[in-house]
Amino acid sequence: MKKVFAGFMRYRYLLAELVKKGIKLKYRRSYLGLIWTLIEPLLTMIVLTIVFGTLLGKGDKTFPVYVLTGRLLYSMFASGTRSAMKAIRTNSAMIKKVYVPKYLYPLSEVLFNYVIFLLSLIVLVAVALVLGVYPTWYLLQAVVPLFTLLLMSLGVGMFLATYAVFFRDLEYLWSVALMLIMYTCAIFYYPETLLKSRYYFILRYNPLYCVIDNFRSAIYGSPMNLHNTLFALGFSIVMLMIGFGVFYKEQDKFVLYI
Amino acid sequence: MANPAIKVEDVSIRFNLSKEKTDSLKEYVIKFLKREIKYDEFWALKNISFELQKGERLGILGLNGAGKSTLLKIIAGVYKPSVGTVERHGRIAPLLELGAGFDMQYTGKENVYLYGSVLGLNRDFLASKYDEIVEFSGLKKFMDVPMKNYSSGMRARLGFAIATVVNPDILILDEVLAVGDSKFRKKSENRVMEMFGKGVTVLFVSHSLEQVRSLCNKAMILENGQMIAYGDTEKVARVYKMKTE
Repeated sequence: MKKVFAGFMRYRYLLAELVKKGIKLKYRRSYLGLIWTLIEPLLTMIVLTIVFGTLLGKGDKTFPVYVLTGRLLYSMFASGTRSAMKAIRTNSAMIKKVYVPKYLYPLSEVLFNYVIFLLSLIVLVAVALVLGVYPTWYLLQAVVPLFTLLLMSLGVGMFLATYAVFFRDLEYLWSVALMLIMYTCAIFYYPETLLKSRYYFILRYNPLYCVIDNFRSAIYGSPMNLHNTLFALGFSIVMLMIGFGVFYKEQDKFVLYI
Repeated sequence: MANPAIKVEDVSIRFNLSKEKTDSLKEYVIKFLKREIKYDEFWALKNISFELQKGERLGILGLNGAGKSTLLKIIAGVYKPSVGTVERHGRIAPLLELGAGFDMQYTGKENVYLYGSVLGLNRDFLASKYDEIVEFSGLKKFMDVPMKNYSSGMRARLGFAIATVVNPDILILDEVLAVGDSKFRKKSENRVMEMFGKGVTVLFVSHSLEQVRSLCNKAMILENGQMIAYGDTEKVARVYKMKTE
């Protein structure tokens, strides 16, 4: 443990460099650059609002805020886990030649997506203010779901990063799984009907939905749901332990498979 | 013993040469059910033990596929030995396939910081040495150009300049003295010689007996993963000559 910590301290500059690289390269050679982190969710929000709000006749004025919260958190989870999963393969040239603690690669992928995600929250602030959703003291609660989301993405990402080395198929399977997760997170529909039906467990025991729901409470100004908090946090911590556990166990074999 | 820089103890490494690499889940499940997952084992290195004192320079000789580069990679920490342990004391500069840590979309300047931190150097140190690195590589005009537009020689030059900017305790050389054009080769040789003068511990892989003779004070011959000779350069050189003639 002490050795791991010493290694981390020695390579913390590398972690910073890798995070910076992810952010810099993501929008390099596009004219608007980092501004895309703001425009992209805004445009998706407009599309989703038109499709699910206007056309399907939901008259709620704050529906865009609702859509945007779900969509932002979901895409952080999706892009974070997806790029963490590929981290070992995309850095294979480095891994084969220089010794570096390997967990830095998936970790940096999750972190850089998280930084971009935090930046894109600016859009949410703007949209919420325009549509009259004003901050309350409950907004401080947002720290809890945001932190849980980071832990969850990291845990799942480490797990995927480990096994994607041995089974390339995982990359395709995970895209399908992500689609399923998207539809079961109540991003662009209201959860009430589903929660009252006998399929309520799809939402209740979906850790990402729990995070999104808690985050919405913070935005709309109501207390967090205790079940959501405990379930999502518990899931994330367990996943984090499993993720780092399998990664640690298998990491010496990576170099033979890439 | 005084202070060994590197201590390699009974190191062996095994590779699985499965005929078709199983990297799809379906294949794996089918093979697992049929109990067909068998690997052809291949010991790339077997029972290697040696110790280098600080300041000693070891030349590793052997034919292609003898396990020379594998041994270097184990010492550099890229491979983990299947059996045995490696102890290293001090900062290692691995001059293995220079510039492997470069990102092709990044510019030369950004890559200095990226590759430098891959080697475990910190940002302030790199900033203070930045001009020296650029100067040495002779690529001043190209530092803001994306790496993908560099020639392989230019990449190797920048890689060499970054990897040698810090004074390492242990230098791992895999025939990199053949970097770039003759002018740069001269320059890089000088720099390596300078480090030799400062008492760096060296591991050097080569096919050229002459090079080993002139650079190293100890040598080793690897054959099919086994160490068949180890000791003073002259003694080992005689064995090597006998073998290759």
